[in-house]
Amino acid sequence: MNKGTFRHGRLWTVFFSLVSLLWIYPLILVIVNSFKKKAYISTETFSLPNAESYAGLENYRRGIERTNLLVSFGWTIILTVGSVLLILLCTSMCAWWIVRVNNKFAKLIYVLFLFNMIVPFQMIMFPLSKITDMLGLNTPWGLWVIYLGFGAGLAVFIFTGAVKSLPMEVEESAMIDGASVPQTFFRIILPMMKPTVMSVAILETMWIWNDFLLPYLTLDIRKYKTISIAVQYLKGGYGAVDLGAMMGCLVLVIIPVVVFYVLCQRYIVEGITTGAVKG
Amino acid sequence: MIGKSIRKWWMLFSLPTLVAFMVGFAVPFILGIYLSFTNFTTITDAEWVGVGNYSGVFSDPEFIHSLILTVLFTVITTVIINVVGFMIAYMLTKKISGSTLFRSIFFMPNLIGGIILGYIWQLLLNGVLSFWNRSITFSAMYGFWGLVILTCWQQIGYMMIIYIAGLQALPGDVIEAAQVDGASQGQTLRRVILPLMMPSITVCTFLTITNGFKTFDQNLALTNGAPSNNSELITLNIYRTFYGTAGMEGVGQAKAVIFFVIVAIVAIAQNRLSAKKEVAL
Repeated sequence: MNKGTFRHGRLWTVFFSLVSLLWIYPLILVIVNSFKKKAYISTETFSLPNAESYAGLENYRRGIERTNLLVSFGWTIILTVGSVLLILLCTSMCAWWIVRVNNKFAKLIYVLFLFNMIVPFQMIMFPLSKITDMLGLNTPWGLWVIYLGFGAGLAVFIFTGAVKSLPMEVEESAMIDGASVPQTFFRIILPMMKPTVMSVAILETMWIWNDFLLPYLTLDIRKYKTISIAVQYLKGGYGAVDLGAMMGCLVLVIIPVVVFYVLCQRYIVEGITTGAVKG
Repeated sequence: MIGKSIRKWWMLFSLPTLVAFMVGFAVPFILGIYLSFTNFTTITDAEWVGVGNYSGVFSDPEFIHSLILTVLFTVITTVIINVVGFMIAYMLTKKISGSTLFRSIFFMPNLIGGIILGYIWQLLLNGVLSFWNRSITFSAMYGFWGLVILTCWQQIGYMMIIYIAGLQALPGDVIEAAQVDGASQGQTLRRVILPLMMPSITVCTFLTITNGFKTFDQNLALTNGAPSNNSELITLNIYRTFYGTAGMEGVGQAKAVIFFVIVAIVAIAQNRLSAKKEVAL
């Protein structure tokens, strides 16, 4: 569509600018309130901090101290990066194996992976939390295996779609030239699937980084808290919440997400579209 | 054929994923079904009680309430998210300066975790309600509609991205042909674009419906069911049955199985229904 055919373009720009401002307003509100003393947050939510209510960086200091937030960041990074790498490696290999072998067994496990995608977590949460305890998998690195298992469905599904679109001649000639099966996969198949690898990486990262219930129920919570768990713990079960510390934590948790977004926006958009087309 | 030489490598290629799948999904799933017919506190002390747990589920008014609320929540959010998401996508694929920036902003909430979103909106909604000296936990209506607003705010951008991808993949010549033939903008949208967009619409409704049923974190953080579990969705009800009351694990697991069956039926039915519509074109 060329520029001339769309009328009122400038009016729409103004309209969407206003809507966009409204859209990020909740985030701005949290940032503004993070600089107020805690008593003023619930009474003067919408006013800017003044000489009386300004708290400096006090909320951030208290938020970090109370939740041990920096340590939680560390655990969340270990949990997310390890799980995503393991998922990428194992499910891409498995998907290639399923498509190329394509016998009854391969078809059966493919159907099982599809089935996995429609099962809500509540269905397995209690037995799973007991099993992870029994097997000693209640650590951030133990959960790599659990995320691989519970998250296998979507990843295998997307990867099998990608493998099916690859020309088989390339791998056949590689193997005739004497390449072993692992060599063929790692030198030829995996590089060809790079866009899909990025998409799966983005989808799984968004899921695992933000996941709350699975790590909350399976991790040894006295030792390991992810950031979502740390924030939830700050709220606590009873009594008054320290709203100041809460605001500080919320801002600190949002910052890395925004940085990640700015850096990877193109891949995020591609990842979501791939996931949607295949899912 | 290369399939044969690859098959021999199953230990390396498929075994790791399969073992993890057993531990992280298959075994707990089967155990979950078995446990729903027993009384237990840990999984080793299970005692067979037959369908007793299931009859307990349907005589629990709070469960029925949370189920109805979840269905309402899912229907409302699915409609709003898809209608608004599509409209924004439709406008932002036109030549509007700044549209890339607008897209980025609309999508941003999706990257933030549900717990965090819940507390962000608790601040905003409590702030607004404080003008009437009330808070989000004053009535279940507040909690419910607050959750609807939060969910729409979060997911509209996600569906917008999918709709934009769909709109950009539309065959331009078909739309031009329609306009050359004298179709108005509204007619082109209704008669040409919308039918061609059915695959994207199917995907997005599927995603919003399953997301609606599975909503947990936002519900937990925003109201935690307050007041007196009246703003509680089904996932939170199941969670509370397991971990909030002692000795109810069997009933909790039975609720979880019922919940799974509902989600599975809805997912399959929705897929069948829209698959039919796509063929009918």
